[in-house]
Amino acid sequence: MNLDFSDEQKQLRDQIRRFLSEKCPSSAVRAVLEGPESYDKGLYRGLAEMGVLGAAIPEEFGGSGLTHLELCVVAEELGRALAPVPVSSSIYLAAEFLIQAGTSKQKELWLPKLAAGEAIGTFALSEGQGRTTPARISAKVEGGKLTGVKFPVADGDVADFAVVAARDEKGKVSLYLVELAAAGVRRETLESIDPTRGQARLVFDRAPAELLGTKGDGWHIASQVLDRAAVLMAFEQLGGADRALEMARDYALERMAFGRPIGSFQGIKHILADMYVSATLARSNCYYGAWALVSGAAELPVAAATARVSATTAFQHCAKNNIQVHGGMGFTWAFDCHLFYRRSNALALALGSQSTWETLLIERMSAGNAETAA
Amino acid sequence: MDFEDTVEEAAFRTQVRAWIDANAPRHLEEELKRASFGSNGVVSEDPIAAGKAWQKKKAEAGWACLHWPKEYGGAARTPIERVIWGQEEGPYAALTGVFTIGHGMCGPTVMSWASEEHKRKLLPPLASGEHVWCQLFSEPASGSDLAGLRTRAVKADDGSGDWIINGQKIWTSGAQYSDWGLLITRTNPDVPKHKGLTMFFLDMKSPGVEVRPIKQANGQSSFNEVYFTDVRIPDNQRLGEVGQGWEVSLTTLMNERLSIGSGMSTGFPELFRFCMEAEIDGRPAVEDSAVRSRLAQIAVKQSGLKYTGMRAISALSKGEIPGPENSIGKLVAGATMQDLSMFALDLQCEAGVVWDEDSPQQGRFQAMLMRSPATRIEGGSDEILRNIIGERVLGLPGDIRVDKDVPFKDIPTSGRKKK
Repeated sequence: MNLDFSDEQKQLRDQIRRFLSEKCPSSAVRAVLEGPESYDKGLYRGLAEMGVLGAAIPEEFGGSGLTHLELCVVAEELGRALAPVPVSSSIYLAAEFLIQAGTSKQKELWLPKLAAGEAIGTFALSEGQGRTTPARISAKVEGGKLTGVKFPVADGDVADFAVVAARDEKGKVSLYLVELAAAGVRRETLESIDPTRGQARLVFDRAPAELLGTKGDGWHIASQVLDRAAVLMAFEQLGGADRALEMARDYALERMAFGRPIGSFQGIKHILADMYVSATLARSNCYYGAWALVSGAAELPVAAATARVSATTAFQHCAKNNIQVHGGMGFTWAFDCHLFYRRSNALALALGSQSTWETLLIERMSAGNAETAA
Repeated sequence: MDFEDTVEEAAFRTQVRAWIDANAPRHLEEELKRASFGSNGVVSEDPIAAGKAWQKKKAEAGWACLHWPKEYGGAARTPIERVIWGQEEGPYAALTGVFTIGHGMCGPTVMSWASEEHKRKLLPPLASGEHVWCQLFSEPASGSDLAGLRTRAVKADDGSGDWIINGQKIWTSGAQYSDWGLLITRTNPDVPKHKGLTMFFLDMKSPGVEVRPIKQANGQSSFNEVYFTDVRIPDNQRLGEVGQGWEVSLTTLMNERLSIGSGMSTGFPELFRFCMEAEIDGRPAVEDSAVRSRLAQIAVKQSGLKYTGMRAISALSKGEIPGPENSIGKLVAGATMQDLSMFALDLQCEAGVVWDEDSPQQGRFQAMLMRSPATRIEGGSDEILRNIIGERVLGLPGDIRVDKDVPFKDIPTSGRKKK
């Protein structure tokens, strides 16, 4: 049994961590938070040059030809550093849609650009408030033209193309690849709880749309890709949870009150112990998800939902208690605690909310259980 | 990332499986699967005798205390082989629960601190299941603060060098059928509490030892009180130096937390099965969104503990020492079991109050409800475990101890101010 990363993967982690500590200190995250750019272009280019954007993209399409395990390692480090870059949209989602469902021509056109960071892709599913179900998708394509409104779309303000879930001529949900610079596309940048990651509203009015994957199979493909992305997103959340725990621990060692470090009080110590517990459960569940992702296990849907629910819980728990341990200083703009708090709550909603994934997990477990019984 | 055995591990597993298939007491399998809190489930014969018989059979074939050295009755196997054995033993492991404390805690302490002669005399019959050991640590006034214990050991005044023991221990599992006990005592009340302790091992049949079962809050009696009245122990049954008892006890406690925390159940499989069967408004409970959210949160705890264990096994498989992550086991499992038992009763609604054979799963959730408070206390309370994680894993400073440099006899014994 070897539920762990290899020595080479751990070396990759160290390498990325060094790179990010230099290129992505919290000042870089704040530059996006407070500035006009919606992502850090220099950092994104640097990640492309290191080959990490294309880690899981096949070599024939300009990638590094490694596995999704390496991408999990990358995701965890991006999460630790709160990297303000569109990796989840462009790599976990757009590239994965192309790999899973694209034609050779679509792959040849877009994957090398995604790996090189020369183009950004995203996935447009939600059309507003509440959980997205097939019945709630009203965007539609007729005669190769898409009409409808999608929001929020992560990185929709900077993406070159979006994979859009819309109704085809028969009313079935299909996926379409839509270039966002084309005529008939209007985009609006949205304010959000985490401005270090962009959100947009995309308004399509007879925009040119190219089918991606089998017609009518859109919801099925999207579910599969979302499961794969959920494992990677869980690693990002895990990285954030671990870093928030470390910040809180370091502050508890340094901050004095009543003549002693606050970490010596059980009231603080036990909060930190509970943060360690939730981060540890999440790590173990993430490794389970990573195993299912790379081994093509039939239990990927259960493993992905498990990793996702556990990591969402851990990141939210660690980020909110990081503020609590810091006391009043944790609620200042100057301290970084709110950056983690913002990101933890934004990522909890990306790819579908916590209650959505909780439901998916139990639905899938009961289906599996019924199969086992039958 | 894989769950595969190495070639050597697979070969070992095959060998173990074949032996267990050929030798396990199959007639007890169904009873053992119903093992519950505080019993191994065997009712058709004497459960202690059945446990001893299985342990003896294992010992004769070289499968007892796999990781112990051969000269002490073990098999000198690697930690990963011990894990594989445990996986293959499955339900039969419950049979030898009577030896958990002896093999997991007392044995390692004897191995670290006893003379060579005593090790060769005491350990082989412990390994082979001939002798049962218990741990005489907690007292009515010293649980989490174990070093505050009051059972006195004083030198006999007859020049024999023997020690005379007076006092009381509590929460002693298995004292009523134990042959030997590991006993920590106070030998010097004039020095600070940690410095005046001394450890002994004791023949439980010694005159002056009286075992009384405790009737617990859940109505069962799996723990005991043990009273000592002028019990005589020869000085050569001392472990460590006089005054070194605290250090000796740490060997035991470290082993206690490892063995109790590993592989604990949260009760999730039972709850999930219940939610598949129970109904809310004519639909399976598992289809209710509130039930799903609650179940999912418990599911990821159960799964997190399972894969945390597998990460530890992975480290063992590579010949490495597992990290501190296993310290979360009992903390998570105990609280989760208590929460989920309340949730299961909530789903039963008014009928949840009834606890009999007709209750869902023969009243298992009611039993969990009534047993789980103890899980959160025994072998290190939730609060002590959080201190350990905070201090040993996260490196936080210890709490300020106002009794640290005070002679034991001067430490206050009541929180109330004297009028």
